[in-house]
Amino acid sequence: MAIEVRIPTILRNYTDGAKAVDAEGATLDELISNLESRHPGLKERLVEQGNLRRFVNVYVNDEDVRFLGGLGTPVSDGDTVTVLPAVAGG
Amino acid sequence: MLTIPQELVDKIVAHARADHPDEACGVIAGRDGVPERFIPMANAERSPTFYRFDSMEQFHVWREMDERDEEPVVIYHSHTATEAYPSRTDVTYASEPNAHYVLVSTRDEDQVEFRSYRILDGEITEEEVRFVP
Repeated sequence: MAIEVRIPTILRNYTDGAKAVDAEGATLDELISNLESRHPGLKERLVEQGNLRRFVNVYVNDEDVRFLGGLGTPVSDGDTVTVLPAVAGG
Repeated sequence: MLTIPQELVDKIVAHARADHPDEACGVIAGRDGVPERFIPMANAERSPTFYRFDSMEQFHVWREMDERDEEPVVIYHSHTATEAYPSRTDVTYASEPNAHYVLVSTRDEDQVEFRSYRILDGEITEEEVRFVP
């Protein structure tokens, strides 16, 4: 089993249009590195200077990882990770 | 071009007026580019110059749209002291390539400014809005 990662419309050019892809890892950080090896370019859209980008929301199952452990959040087989760009502006 | 029922326009404007002087924001969900379901969102910033959807509310709303096979056809927010034109931050954070970005200005109490844009790769394109019954 793997971890399902749901990809928002704006990042599907990195996944050949796929809405969801599989990846592996024990933490969100590892998962994103694994994603990068399968879909080069994706990591830079999610991570900046070792932290999640401020205007990208990442959820493990139903929780925003900002309230869990950020990139250190543990993940395991069967989890669903959802990426959503924040809707924001001025 | 955005084609939108007057009833939805009225709801967006009422939301913007109600939250003035803070910015109001929300989504109209729909299918095949047709705006149907009005979803007012909380402005987590509660600010007259900035808006951001609450991350948990956004998660639930986006999941619900996914389950119903809908998409965010319109993403709206208000400007409360300036014209209904996308700001630099609006362009920086625009992240739904298929959405119509609707701007409403509440700077004038008696007059409504309701305009729609596509925002793609940092470029703003204003589009015609057709109001239908």
